Amino acid sequence: MNAMLPPQLMTTPPLLTMTGLCRRYGRVTALDDVSAMVYPGEVLGIVGESGSGKSTLLRMMNLEDTPDSGDYRLALPDLPGNLFDLDRFARRMLCATRIGIVYQNPHQGLLMKHTSSGNVAERLLIAGERSFAALRARGRVALEASEFPLDRMDARPIELSGGMQQRVQLAKAIALEPALLLLDEPTTGLDVSVQALVLDTLKRLQRDRAITMVIVSHDLGVLRTMADRVMVMRHGRVVEQGLADQVFQDPQHEYTQSLVHAKL
Amino acid sequence: MTIAALTKAWQPMSYGFLDPSAKRELRRKMLKAIAVPGCQMPYASREVPMARGWGTGGLQVTLTLLKPQSVVKVIDQGADDSVNAASIRSFLSKVSGAAETWDTLAATIIQSRHRIPEERLRADQVLVLQVPNPEPLRPVEPNMSIARQMHADADYGRLWLILYEQMVRAGRIMEGAAYPALVNGRHVMTPSPIPRWDVPKLHMAQHLTFLSAGREKRLYAVPPFTRVEPLVFSDVPYQVEDHGGLTCHRSGVTGYFMNEIPQDVGSVFELSDSHLGIKAIRLSQAEGGVEGAADQIGPTWYENGVMP
Repeated sequence: MNAMLPPQLMTTPPLLTMTGLCRRYGRVTALDDVSAMVYPGEVLGIVGESGSGKSTLLRMMNLEDTPDSGDYRLALPDLPGNLFDLDRFARRMLCATRIGIVYQNPHQGLLMKHTSSGNVAERLLIAGERSFAALRARGRVALEASEFPLDRMDARPIELSGGMQQRVQLAKAIALEPALLLLDEPTTGLDVSVQALVLDTLKRLQRDRAITMVIVSHDLGVLRTMADRVMVMRHGRVVEQGLADQVFQDPQHEYTQSLVHAKL
Repeated sequence: MTIAALTKAWQPMSYGFLDPSAKRELRRKMLKAIAVPGCQMPYASREVPMARGWGTGGLQVTLTLLKPQSVVKVIDQGADDSVNAASIRSFLSKVSGAAETWDTLAATIIQSRHRIPEERLRADQVLVLQVPNPEPLRPVEPNMSIARQMHADADYGRLWLILYEQMVRAGRIMEGAAYPALVNGRHVMTPSPIPRWDVPKLHMAQHLTFLSAGREKRLYAVPPFTRVEPLVFSDVPYQVEDHGGLTCHRSGVTGYFMNEIPQDVGSVFELSDSHLGIKAIRLSQAEGGVEGAADQIGPTWYENGVMP
């Protein structure tokens, strides 16, 4: 009887459920009937070539864009129904408090003219924190968790290196302990050693806090180290998905096969 | 038969310099501004015989409010006798027949640049403030359409961020004039460049305040009995300028906002609200037996340098 139980992952309901997402930009189809599920504490990797729709999908997850059709639910208290139906204000609050995002380009996610600690503090301010001492303390905790050197917490991101900028973005994203952390090519553009350090930080965060993550990357190495489950996208469709090892060791779809072999 | 013989003799259609349609437009925008306290209403800023940046916004609101029975006071940095204040005041009276005054208690309309009078304003008085830059979000968001969206979303995180960084850099909030304030719990406004000393005077005040920027073509209002709360951290109290203990070297009055006049050695201070100083001097002269010098000082917002 016990042997018949499904794997543990399947017994908990998914945190994120997206079904039937379609998005067209003019004549270009960015997403064509894409569905995705992410379970609590899991790391989902999305891989695909440029223009495969993976970034569009991530933008949808961060509610920055609305699809032509489709359904998006997060299994969080007081969030019933399709999240795309929320109004501007509710969307903004949801993104600020429950979803953290790290962009490939730090200019997109950070206020470059403000201090690093200020960037983290802004998140807390939006969520309603009004005590200066608490802002300072919570900013320090978040920066420490992303392994940012605290003696530079009041430097502006523009004065920092690329790896440090990504750490500030990460601190900003996790400051409010979000339910979902989205990473859009977090290590692209960093050199290999820095890339390894940032991935280390991410891995440790994931282990310590069991944050649910979605990582978009075209770098299979990143996904191999980070992801539990992988989704392969091409031309706005999901062509293959499964456990990371399974997909990388035994790719079924011919596109995935060429992808894996191109890497090797 | 000439056309002149068939038409009515010329008579003025309006008073107060602006034509009736301009006044109507302004009145509608002023009513809107009162309806949504602190929200900036765009309006068609008219030409007035004064350069933009010299108080054209305030002037247009005052001209719209004026009637021949009004009594106007114009303040420039607290003074009634500066060239700018004197010429605006005489212009207002010339185009409308309104009476001029220096006395805060006697005025029905007070147009001001940079100061709110020290004497409490009553419910029958209107304060018009000239504003150079009505947008509190401008330092953080140069794009005005995005700034308007941020107002609509009540997205003021970045204004707090400025205060946060001032605290980090300097250990205190460095914002001097035009301290951003939350009006009625909803919109953040720039209370024109009035000093921090004057911002609490707007909170739950009896009088109606209009703030108008002629160059930027925006006006907003603080209706009577409306909350005006400066943005402050819960553990860093709002601080007004440290003027409570200063004494005016001309009138001997203590406990009001002062102008600093640098001297060869140190500096002396004089009341910024010049007519309050004049009244204080007349009062002390009357007590000393000088005839006809008596004057009356009304209740003031600050008492002994603190706001009760």
